[in-house]
Formats: sequence, C-alpha cells, structure tokens
Amino acid sequence: MRIPFPVAALLAGASVLALAGCTQAAEPSTPAETSDNAFTLYSGRDEALIQPLIDQFEEQSGISVEVRYGNTAELGALLLEEGDATPAQVFLAQDAGALGALANADLFATLPAATTDAAPAGFTSTDDTWVGVTGRARVITYDSEAMSAADVPTSVDAFTDPAWSGKFGIAPTNASFQAFVTAYRVLNGEAAADEWVKAVAANNPVIFDNNRAILAAVNDGVIEAGLINHYYWFAQAAETGEANMRAQLSYPEAGDAGSIVNVTGAGLLAGAAEDADALEFIDYLVGAEAQQYFVDETFEYPLIDGIDAPVGLPALDSLVNPDLDLADLDTLEDTQTLLGKHGLI
Amino acid sequence: MTELLLPPPETDAPAPLRAPARYRFGAPPWLLVLAALCAATAAIPLVYLVVRTTEAGLTELLDTLVRPRVLQLTINTALLAAAVTLSCLVLGTICAWILTRIRLPFQRTLLLVSALPLAVPSYLAAYGWLVWFPHLHGFWASWFVMTMVCTPYVTLPVAAALRGASADLESVARTLGRGPLRAFAAATWPQIRPAAIAGALLVCLYSLSDFGLVSMLRFQTLTWGINAAYGASFDRNQAALLALVLVVLALVVVAGERRSRRQVSSVPGRSTMPARAPGKMAPLYAAVLLAAPIAGVVVPVVGLLSRLLEAETLRAIDVPRLVEAIGATLGLALTAAIVAVLVALPIAALAARHQGRLVAVIEAVGFLGHALPGIVVGLSLVFFALAAVPMFYQTSLVLVFAYVVLFMPRAIGSMRSGIAAVPASLGDVSRMLGLSAFQTWWRVTARLALPGIAIGALLVAISAMKELPATLLLRPTGVSTLATELWSRTALFEFGAAAPYAAALVLVAMVPAVLLSGIRGTAREN
Repeated sequence: MRIPFPVAALLAGASVLALAGCTQAAEPSTPAETSDNAFTLYSGRDEALIQPLIDQFEEQSGISVEVRYGNTAELGALLLEEGDATPAQVFLAQDAGALGALANADLFATLPAATTDAAPAGFTSTDDTWVGVTGRARVITYDSEAMSAADVPTSVDAFTDPAWSGKFGIAPTNASFQAFVTAYRVLNGEAAADEWVKAVAANNPVIFDNNRAILAAVNDGVIEAGLINHYYWFAQAAETGEANMRAQLSYPEAGDAGSIVNVTGAGLLAGAAEDADALEFIDYLVGAEAQQYFVDETFEYPLIDGIDAPVGLPALDSLVNPDLDLADLDTLEDTQTLLGKHGLI
Repeated sequence: MTELLLPPPETDAPAPLRAPARYRFGAPPWLLVLAALCAATAAIPLVYLVVRTTEAGLTELLDTLVRPRVLQLTINTALLAAAVTLSCLVLGTICAWILTRIRLPFQRTLLLVSALPLAVPSYLAAYGWLVWFPHLHGFWASWFVMTMVCTPYVTLPVAAALRGASADLESVARTLGRGPLRAFAAATWPQIRPAAIAGALLVCLYSLSDFGLVSMLRFQTLTWGINAAYGASFDRNQAALLALVLVVLALVVVAGERRSRRQVSSVPGRSTMPARAPGKMAPLYAAVLLAAPIAGVVVPVVGLLSRLLEAETLRAIDVPRLVEAIGATLGLALTAAIVAVLVALPIAALAARHQGRLVAVIEAVGFLGHALPGIVVGLSLVFFALAAVPMFYQTSLVLVFAYVVLFMPRAIGSMRSGIAAVPASLGDVSRMLGLSAFQTWWRVTARLALPGIAIGALLVAISAMKELPATLLLRPTGVSTLATELWSRTALFEFGAAAPYAAALVLVAMVPAVLLSGIRGTAREN
C-alpha cells in the first residue's frame, strides 16, 4: 500500500493532535487568598521604562512583582493563547486597541469604579474592563531642512495632494495609525474616510511598519513628513540631543482626525478579580507618583488632575476632541477592511 | 510497516557485495518509528495552525485567501527566497572553490573570516546598513543584505566537501581536453552537490521565515503579513492562514531539494587537487571572498558603533546583568544544540540511507519549523505546553524545545550529508567482522560522520543565540538573553545602552562560527 504524501502528512499531524488531546488540560488556578504580597505583570511597555517604577512600587508596598516584558502585540497574542491558564494578573499595554481586543475576548475582570474614575471619560474603557494610564498625541513630523513650520499641513487631508506624492510616510499596519483612521471614520463619516484612504493610497505613500522607522526616515531626510505619535520624537531627542534633530513636530489643528490622543492602559486578568495586590498596582499606576514618572521619563500626557503635561507639549485640553470618545474606536475591523480594500494592508 | 515503503530505488552508489537486509526491505521499523516520533515534535506548529484555521471556518478562509494582498505577499516571499538562494549558491560555491583550490596567503584566517556573517543576526545587519544608507528598502536591498548574511551557509559545507572530494576524475577530464569549468562541472560538482544543495536549502528556508530583515528594509513578505495580523488586529486566524501558505511554500522547497539530491557517488581515488597560485587574479579572488564578511559584518557593525558615538546617553555598562545574559544565552543555546542533535539524529540517519514516500514525509516534516517565523512556533508551543505539560510552561524546558523545533532542520541537513558520505560498504565490512548493528553505527558511521554532526550542533547553537520572537514568548519570566536585552534597548532608541549587548551577541555567536569554519566536512580527509 502506498500512502500519498498529503495523506501521510495529515496522519502524522493527526497523531500529534491525538497525543495532545490525551493529556489533561491545565486547571485554571483560582486565587486562594486575596493577598499573597506577590503578583505577575505582563508589560507591553519596555523594561528600562517600567522597571524603575516597579522597584519604587515594590519598596513602598512590600508586594513583589514578577514582570514579563514583551511587545504589546505579542503579549496580547500570548494572553489570548493562554486564556484562563495565564500566570499573569495584570496586563499593561501600549495602546487601547490591544486592551479592547482582550476585553472583547472576556479576558479582563471588571475594575472598581474608584479605579477607573481616575482617568477622564473618553480616555478609559466604557465598561470598566481597563483603565487609561497615559495619553499620546498623533502628530505630523516633518523635515525642517525641507520646509518651515508654517508650511506644514494643519490637516491630514493635505496628504491627498499630488504635491506630497512619494514624500510622506505612514505605517498602515501599526495600531496607532489604524486608531487614527478609525477616528477619521467616526468624525467624518464612512464615505469621506473611504475617499481619504483611497486618495492617500494613490498618492504614493512611503510604507513603514512602525512610527520609529518613520521618524528615523524624516530625520535622515529620506521623506519630508510622516504621521507618528508625539513621544517618539522626545525619546529620540533625549537620546541624540535636541539640537541634532532634523525632524520636528507639528500638531494638526484641533478637530482634525490627525490630532487624536490615544492612551496606554492596564487591565486586571479575569482570574485575578479578587487579587488585592494586583489591584493596588493598577491604582498606583493612576496615582500621582506614577503619573509624574511617566511625564518625566516618557513625555506622555498624564491623565489625572493635578499633574502637568511635559514641557513643550500643547495642553491636553487643546487636543481633546469633544466629538470623539476613544471608546468609539472599537470598530478596528472595519478600518482594516477599508485599508485592505485600497491595498494599504 | 514495510508495506508502506516503496521498493528500494536505483542508486548510483557502488553495489555492496552482499545486499544487507535494510536495502532489500527498506528502513528497519524501529528507526522509522523513532524518526517519526522525532519529526512529530516539528509538526506541533502545523497542528496548531490547522486548529486555528479550522476555527476560522471555510468562508473566512477562502475570503482571506483570495485577497490580492495575500497573493502579492506570497509572490514577494517566493521571489526573495528564490533570488537569495540562487545568489548564495553561486557566491558560496565560488568562495569555497577559491578557499580550497587557490593558494592565498592567510588561508586559515580567510576561511574563518568567511564564516563570520553567521554571527550577525539579520535584523542587526539590516539596521547597520540603514545607518549608512537610510534610503535602502525593498526587494533589491533585502536580496543583497540577506545574500551577504546567508552565503556562509553554502560556503562552509561546500569548502568542506571540496577538501574531501577526490580530484582524480577532474584531472582525467582535463587530460581528455575538457576546460577547467567543464571538468569541474563534470567531475567535481557531483561530489559537492549534496553539500551545496543542503546549504542552499537552509538559505531558502531562512529567507522564507526571516522577519527582522524584511521589516527593517520594508519589503512585504508573508512573515511581515503574519506579524501585522498579530500586531494590529490580534487576528490569530488570518495569521495562521498566512503561516500555512508559508508552510506550503516550504514543503515545495523541501520536496524539490529531495528530488534534486542524489546519492553521493563514492569516487575511487584519494588525491586532492593541488592548490594553484593566484597570480595576477589575487585581488579579484580576495574581493570575492571578502564581499560577504565586509557587507555582512564590517559595514553593519561599524554603522552601529558610529551611532553609539553619536548617542548622548552613553551609559555605564551593567556588568553583572551583561554576564547574566551571556550565561543564559550560552546555557540555552548549548542545551538546544545537544537536544536538537539527538532529535535530528534518527531523521538524518533515516534520510541518509533510505528512500521512499514515508521517509520523504518524515524528513519534510522535520524541516517544517525552519520555514515558520518564530512568533508562530512560539505561540504554537504556548498552546501545546498549556494543553500537554502545563507544569513546564514558562520554563527553560519549553524554550529549548522551541529552539529544537525551529532549528532542527539545520542539524538534519548537515548530519544527513555527513552520514551519507560514509560509504555503506564500510558498515557491511564491520558487520561481517562480527560487530552488532549498534556497535557498527557507533564505531564506524557515527565516528566518520562526526564532523557533520558537529556542524549541525554548531548551526543550532548559533541560531538559538540570535533567536528573538519565540524567546520573548517562551522564556521563563525574568530570564533575559542577549537578543532580548538588545531588543528591549533598541526599541527604546538607547543605542548607547544597546551596543554592549549587540557586541556581546556578535562576539558570542562568533565562537561557534569560528569553530564551524575549522571543522572538516568529511572524514575522508586525513
């Protein structure tokens, strides 16, 4: 008897599957007590940034934190894969989209209102599944050797102009770009968004896969402008010196979809609903000390009252768009369909 | 069991005096079972992908498949892999020929230097080039940098095979009036062909599955699409579907390689070609030899160092932390190398001596991991570990296992050609002299194939040191390798803080690369 190649391959696969099926699935661990002075954090934000804050928290609270660092997308995928079996109690994420996706998969417990009230409405979840921690503004970065500040467009609509053909950069697969396009759809309607994406796609945009690469390209004079988040510029300036920055920032006028403010945030995993230590940490993140830390170290917008935004940034209020609630940006799938339709992703 | 097998194919290997049982009836069942079990480890990601795609349902599957973008990504991937493989095959073979046939000064050093690009992770190479030429992007840039980084995969095994190859036939061909090229093609190429093609297979699978380089150089391939699907939308089903397309491409490649491979003909005669003096061609030879090391190592490393000097936040090196990361990297890579060799051994032994559909399937499955991006293998092992061995989840054990799945193919290829190069007739002689099958294997075959086995282990070690996405997902919480430390610093623009880790990674990975250049590929050479 000869077994054709595909059949044999399937048989090999099926036997492994059977093998896997024979063993018991992991029992989800239930928290035996509300506080054991320890918890595990999955951090989608970088270690150099977060660890000093953790050290500070550990010292003050006596709670030991085990941290697993990774990027937000990979840790999000990891949490989806782990499901109830996750060893994590808290997820700290780079963007609201990831938190929303996990909330939709019912992976988060409901946070107490006292916690979620710390961040203003519009910068946190509507169903208390996660809380916003810091704000990040969408900006236009431009090559200061190619144009003066006055010549930078005040609206993203300018990039449909043939004069910009091949000279501007976007990162269509990046979560913050997609959040911005979603905001465009919410603010200007589906027809206008379709028109804009179509025109931009036809205007030879230079495609990158993250904000940092766009900034580097503008800084090296490869392209004249790009759409990024504000803090990338500040971080780069802190590394190479502000005087060495050829790329500069321009804030689109308030009301333009290009000026939206997105958030980073934290959620409590479903299995840790009763974990007092984990909850204490989330409260710490939206407390004055941590908020000031983010302002000083990452140049992001604080979300609670009484902490000033980093020097050099326009006030958060001036960027807030009353017509837009971040909770409305949950139709990511439609945005991706739109971007796919015009060949951007 | 034996019914499943094809009748033994005709080979051009010299017929043994008395055909031993294994040739008449195919592979012994115990070896088949053992090899199948080992290959099954590599099939875990495939099972996971099938589970994920069936979850998506047929309509979503078809909808995704017919999107023009999926076709575009597939074409891009196939073009890049084909172009890189071809150029590495040509450049690597020429380099190997120069290294073994031309009497250049500093021969040992040149061989060593030609292995160095192996020590540079593809993302670092691409990053280093971008420092010099920020405009670089797209197909040609990806093709160029990838070729430079991958050429040693062909150079090293071919140089080893050339040193072991008999030159008698080539001399005869020359005496009979063939030109040097035609004589080489007719007489020597068949002897080094298995090594060249095995190297080319590694290059091809590497370029299919690489993400770091294509993302830096903005060339959209399937791995780029897979990462985007995870990153932007948490769309595991679409990511799984794209990964399955990648698997199909890889299976085509592995099947093609098997088809074009032939049994090594054992050529009588022991003389080796005398090395010629380079004469006026010396600068040209040197330029060809040094192209890959300069483009794959010097340019990116100097580029990184220049950024380091520019950075204002040059920080003091955290020595204990660096040492800890080096220790973790070495420990994990060495363990992975040993385990991968053990797991790959039955597959290599089977594939070296036997043919047939089942053997082909087992070998092809063993190669699967190499064609998949690390994030897919990482997630599939999260899935598998939680379902099967939850107590080992997030321990080094599962991480080592992931390295084995990912890099076992590198060991299979070189070990198989190492074992195949041991004449089967030697084993027969040993059996006739009264040694058992196992004793024969251990004292004759394994000993003679040792260089091939060592090459396999070193290739796994090098790859494991540089691996990033699966390491991030599977490492025990709190453990860092050089690659993860480097990642967390470059993600923060801290070139100053990243540089020591980049330097340490390249230096540590150089150790196996240097060892690789020194190992003789066949035991036939004295």
